[in-house]
Amino acid sequence: MATVTPDETDTETGTEEPLLDEERNAFVDKFPNEARLTRLTFLVAFGALGIGGFFGLIQALHRTGAFRGFVSSSDYYTVLTGHGVLLALVFTTFFISGFFNWAITRSLGRGSVDRRVAWSGFTMLLVGTVLAAVAIIGGFFPNVPLSADVLFTFYPPLQAHPAFYVGAALIVVGSWVVGLDWFRRFWAWRSDNPDERIPLQAFMVLTTMIMWYVATIGVAVEVVVFLIPWSLGLIQTVDPILARTLFWFFGHPVVYFWLLPAYLGWYTIMPKLAGGRLFSDPLARVVFVLFVLLSTPVGFHHQYVDPGIPEGFKFVAMTNTMFLLLPSLLTAFTVVASLEHAGRQQGGTGRFGWLKTLPWGNPAFSGMALAALMFAAGGFSGMINAGMNINYLVHNTIWIPGHFHLTVGTAFALTAMALAYWLVPQITGKRLQLRGVAALQPYMWFLGMTLMSNAMHRAGLIGVPRRTAEPQYEAFSYAQSVGGYGEMRIQIAIGGTLLFVALVMFLAVMFATILAGKGGQLEVNSEFPEPLSGAEDAPKVLDDLRLWAVFALLLVALAYGFPIYSMIQSGALDPSIPAVPVSIAGWLPI
Amino acid sequence: MEIHRYEKAWFVAGMVLIVGFIATVVYGAVGPGIAMVDDSGGQVGANPIANENYDAVDNFREPGVYRTGENSFDIYVVAQRFAFVPGTGEPIRIPAGSEVTFYVASADVTHGFNLAGTNVNVMVVPGQVSEMTARFDETGTYGIICHEYCGAGHHDMAGTFEVVPQSQYDHDATSDDRELLRAALTAGGER
Repeated sequence: MATVTPDETDTETGTEEPLLDEERNAFVDKFPNEARLTRLTFLVAFGALGIGGFFGLIQALHRTGAFRGFVSSSDYYTVLTGHGVLLALVFTTFFISGFFNWAITRSLGRGSVDRRVAWSGFTMLLVGTVLAAVAIIGGFFPNVPLSADVLFTFYPPLQAHPAFYVGAALIVVGSWVVGLDWFRRFWAWRSDNPDERIPLQAFMVLTTMIMWYVATIGVAVEVVVFLIPWSLGLIQTVDPILARTLFWFFGHPVVYFWLLPAYLGWYTIMPKLAGGRLFSDPLARVVFVLFVLLSTPVGFHHQYVDPGIPEGFKFVAMTNTMFLLLPSLLTAFTVVASLEHAGRQQGGTGRFGWLKTLPWGNPAFSGMALAALMFAAGGFSGMINAGMNINYLVHNTIWIPGHFHLTVGTAFALTAMALAYWLVPQITGKRLQLRGVAALQPYMWFLGMTLMSNAMHRAGLIGVPRRTAEPQYEAFSYAQSVGGYGEMRIQIAIGGTLLFVALVMFLAVMFATILAGKGGQLEVNSEFPEPLSGAEDAPKVLDDLRLWAVFALLLVALAYGFPIYSMIQSGALDPSIPAVPVSIAGWLPI
Repeated sequence: MEIHRYEKAWFVAGMVLIVGFIATVVYGAVGPGIAMVDDSGGQVGANPIANENYDAVDNFREPGVYRTGENSFDIYVVAQRFAFVPGTGEPIRIPAGSEVTFYVASADVTHGFNLAGTNVNVMVVPGQVSEMTARFDETGTYGIICHEYCGAGHHDMAGTFEVVPQSQYDHDATSDDRELLRAALTAGGER
């Protein structure tokens, strides 16, 4: 049983003595190649986070009218596209590929079977990012015939430069290749260990990737079969409803591609940092299997108010969506139970007294715990979004970004930052610097997001739209509500500014850590205590990855087969919708 | 597999919550009759709308307000970059106590059509007619907002929808008003 004091927890699992310098055996020493790849992916991820976050600051100040000096209102959409693509696609995908690379290496205890696979995946991700970024940034310069002001959902017939779509496709295919490297390691491990249970972190990585392979079929077909040939002029038209359907086939499960790595951190790392251990390994496996099965056949819930889609399909998607609440509710139980166990191990007593013994000064712990808390709030607003009829009130209002800044913007992003405080020392061999700043940073993020997100949710209820440079109109004013729209705008502007301050604090810690000299023992390691209820208690069928992949594909075929077939029957392959390129500025009638 | 009894209780509570949510939506559909926007509006190419060739299609009419009964109206709206026709140049006006069916079509890209703060909220997707019905019992002015990004002037795309007292309503939209609607269309196009 792990019995550790809080300050030891900050340093070690509590079950080991600090290692002497010369016998340091950190992740970077055991797996130098994998550590190097993870360092590079984190470098790109945090670069994207810095730029994308700065764009977010511009947006928070611009759309609230606090300061509109950065860009014109028409260039706002270039900023918005950059914010969405850099944060929701680039930051997430690079961070996850680096984090999973650590998790699978550590968990299976082996590096790449063939390093060229891993590195070519990374190269594709990088080239794709550069192409998409160049196309987006071209939107700032009227003389450059490049633009991708189509936001991260890129709905046709708005048409970006082909470089944008090719970049997006390379990011997706690159993530497939990166995943292939992990599966090859798993197959090699399996042939060496035919009867072993899959180690939990590897299980989580592999199930997440199965979900990802299934989910990305939609966007891959949309981009490769339709949008790239269309942007090159090889085909004339794309059906907007079919494109939206293929996008959201991918667009909902992508949120679980962000969330499940955060769950990996909450299930396997956070309990240890708290001085305890995971409550139940079997239930963690059940949760990940449920996500494999249910994440994808739900995309129509983003299209509840779309024309051209029969109500029945929407209802099926809603039912699946509601059942998708189950694994997250189970996660809430397991995570809180694990933390309570840890708190009581530290001598915490009383119904809530155990909370006081948790290591709130350790940013790796506090970041994940605050992220999980905000995810609970985001889960509740997500339940509203999922309700087919009440969604009428919130669809495409600023309520929606209010919701997903709690989920991807905090549950994922703050967890990623918390993990970085713990993991970056292990992949660089350098101790974390600026610890005071780091200790404060998760609270700064939490405060900023509390202000920004609550105001965004409430503004959405009076009808303030998302995705606009100037949400105030001359012809009418919004209905009165508690506090009024003015108060909400101030909260959004202040909250957005605090979030940017928190981001700068994080980047400063990372920068100082990277610049710090090597040497000295690390104060963190990748050893984990056994769960209270271990893998031996889990039914063996849970490890049958092939079975779950087949079931997931069957459910997707059921949810999407007939709708897509009927769209094609009604002419989706031969629409007559002309393209509207965003790169021809003179075309605009304004 | 060992499951803690608290976890079993939590699981049951979670399932009750989920089934309860689904039940509320089913009740909303069969009780108060909240229908979802669906494919009932039919399909229409973008070209007939962009070219104002409304006679070429049978599920969309010239934009405007059409009285279909004592207290019922059909309102045809074209969403185009960056105006609603009608709605932007001239407010859409109906008397209180009306049941209104909106038919909204796009002349170019994907738009949104939302009466701010209400549940009249649809996507307007090229190639499709978005149809939805709502009842307006109280007087008031609503903003019509395009809530899907449609281009560099997206933030200018808005209009107004006025519900006036029955006594003040003298508008019986027929061919007489088409000149007015044309004016609105031109005003919208020049923004």
